[in-house]
Amino acid sequence: MTNHDRDPAENGSTAGTNQAGPGVPDAAAVPGGDAAPDSGTAPGGGSAHDSDSDIVLEARGVTKHFPVRRTVGDLVSRRRRTVHAVDDVSLRLRRGSVTALVGESGSGKSTVARLLSQLYPLTEGEIRLGGTPVKAGRGRSFRAYVKQVQLIFQDPFASLNPVHTVRYHLTRSLKIHGKQATEAEACELLERVQLLPPLQYLDKFPHELSGGQRQRVAIARALGADPKVLLADEPVSMLDVSIRLGVLNLLRDLKERLHLAILYITHDIASARYFADTTLVMYAGRIVEGGDSETVTQQPAHPYTQLLIASAPDPDRLADEEAQEETGSGEPPSLISPPGGCRFHPRCPKAMERCRTELPPRFELDDGQWAACWLYEDRPVTTAVPGAPVSGDVTGTGTGPTGSGPTASTTEVAAK
Amino acid sequence: MTTGRPVLTIRGLNVDYGTGPGAVHALRDIDLTLHRGEVLGLAGESGSGKSTLAYAVTRLLSPPGVITGGDVHYHPPQGDAAPVDLLTLTPQELRAFRWQELSIVFQGAMNSLNPVHTVHSQLTDVLKAHRPEMRQAERTGRAEELLNLVGISRDRLGAFPHQLSGGMRQRVMIAMALALEPEIVIMDEPTTALDVVMQRQILRKLVALREELGFSVVFITHDISLLIEFSDRIAIMYGGRIVEEAGAAEIYRDPRHPYSDGLLHSFPALHGPRRELTGIPGSPPHLTAMPTGCAFHPRCGKAFDPCAGHVPVLTAPDDAPERTVACWLHHSAPGDAADPAPVSVSGAGPEADPGAGARESAGDTSAARSG
Repeated sequence: MTNHDRDPAENGSTAGTNQAGPGVPDAAAVPGGDAAPDSGTAPGGGSAHDSDSDIVLEARGVTKHFPVRRTVGDLVSRRRRTVHAVDDVSLRLRRGSVTALVGESGSGKSTVARLLSQLYPLTEGEIRLGGTPVKAGRGRSFRAYVKQVQLIFQDPFASLNPVHTVRYHLTRSLKIHGKQATEAEACELLERVQLLPPLQYLDKFPHELSGGQRQRVAIARALGADPKVLLADEPVSMLDVSIRLGVLNLLRDLKERLHLAILYITHDIASARYFADTTLVMYAGRIVEGGDSETVTQQPAHPYTQLLIASAPDPDRLADEEAQEETGSGEPPSLISPPGGCRFHPRCPKAMERCRTELPPRFELDDGQWAACWLYEDRPVTTAVPGAPVSGDVTGTGTGPTGSGPTASTTEVAAK
Repeated sequence: MTTGRPVLTIRGLNVDYGTGPGAVHALRDIDLTLHRGEVLGLAGESGSGKSTLAYAVTRLLSPPGVITGGDVHYHPPQGDAAPVDLLTLTPQELRAFRWQELSIVFQGAMNSLNPVHTVHSQLTDVLKAHRPEMRQAERTGRAEELLNLVGISRDRLGAFPHQLSGGMRQRVMIAMALALEPEIVIMDEPTTALDVVMQRQILRKLVALREELGFSVVFITHDISLLIEFSDRIAIMYGGRIVEEAGAAEIYRDPRHPYSDGLLHSFPALHGPRRELTGIPGSPPHLTAMPTGCAFHPRCGKAFDPCAGHVPVLTAPDDAPERTVACWLHHSAPGDAADPAPVSVSGAGPEADPGAGARESAGDTSAARSG
């Protein structure tokens, strides 16, 4: 799903896309360069129907490390610690399709949304919009980017300005993105999100609306830019349960009518199954499994996905709690010094010796599903992923928690 | 599961916010019985009054909340002891009663610990207040025992709250609620802020402790699929009233109230066929502008004549004496409505209730849907 077979030469342009100076893109380009020759021979399973022209937004080996405030001890030992919020995330958003990113809180899924919307600069990797690498700074270039990639926030109670009417929110969005900011246009936006009749809502203030209506206004505002991509960061988790599905169904309807690419970030894997075409599972800053939503939820391959599904509330569950005990327990690791090897190994009931030291690459399973887990090492490795862990990252994260491998050192440069 | 004697009975409880003509009726005519050793689930959306109920029962309701009617009785475990009327307790009696007999784990319990005190001092504080005769070493011993109970190693006793993860803080709160071995533990959305993995661990722990220590739990949440798995009986609230009460399995297999049915169909399933779900059209009513009659009727796909004009009473449906539901579909309608067949007033928007075809008439007794 996330593998690519693009011209490796394009990696050269990463230099312009990375903030961290000329040293880092070189490091980032190496794995991509290594991986690309293989991609010609292994086009990747399940990608037959996915033509590249459908890919609107793509992340390649995106990494984000946040610097930690230094203590006196850190200054003495000249140590720079970073939170490894997102490591080597590659994903593709396709036109007219919903991709779900599922994970616990703290797994880095919201950071991915913010990276994709260019609210944070990348530490490493690149983001491509319509095939061309982008690096939106601030001002004009940022605005041109957000015109195409809009973010919907979790909390509609906080994302609308309480002192302005719905009309203001919508016409402002239209104006900023160069549309005609007329009442008719605003009404059309409200009709799109099924707030009918629109005139009744136009002059309301956010406090006069219910949570679901507010989220619809937030969606209408995002549509005001006429975007190609919607990044929905837990769009329904703050809403009342009885109206969540209404908002999800609306988003799906918009996807179909406007051919939007939607990234749906959620902690609820059941709603990902319901709403998304593709599901990616994230754990401690890394994507551990991906594939068709139905396959991922019905035949989870990675032990973490299995744990997640076993933990989800399910009224149909029979009283076989014993079987569940084997799926593991515990808590996500600290991201300041994440465990070496597979980040899930301390909690994994199936952990092997190898899991502690070596980072698993993405092994390809059937039907386009893949999992980053050594249990599947007999399967072919998905090599076509830029910055695939096969080349650079194994040594980097594999040598130790905050080892002195290439990954760690580049991080420190970037963290300045 | 274990339906022993009642331990808490609530009769006709009414709570208003504010007084006079502008008062908002947050709870109306709540009748609820909690039995010994039972997990009673209380489900409902925000604004349905579930937290207000928890606060009213514990007498924690702060102004402008006023209890305007009804009574709440606690039945001590000793068979011959007289029931305690919670609403008339004096402040001293109340102080002795709380935590000793009834404890509460608050919503957002992760942030309810005092950040400047260690876990040890917060756990022993309750013992100091209620068991003044205990010696320091005994209190520390008890605190260690409590942490053990919720699966936290005893060396975390000296930790400050910020040194614990969210799940651990939550478990410390549960340990604190169990410190005096109360008869009733009220949990107000105890796991909403947690991840599913941790949520399941904590709830499994709680169910195990319940079996071990024999207390009763009132479990408040909006996640009805969680309740079905973990509770014995479920009461569903809407607009300040209980609209249906039945065993967890009955609610799941055969919800009688259209709102319960809608709630059950608001959660996508992880297994089974993938089907189109609609949720419930419309949005929950505002307490200041409550619809007349049944509060749910503007959103209900099966609303018919009496719904808009008459408030349905929470009684046993004609065919199932062990459960209660407040819906005209299941009772003979008041006055002239001789024909109980639902006349659709189509106020429900384009997406009708997904289970609408399953039960055609009020008298249908079959388990309409399974799985």
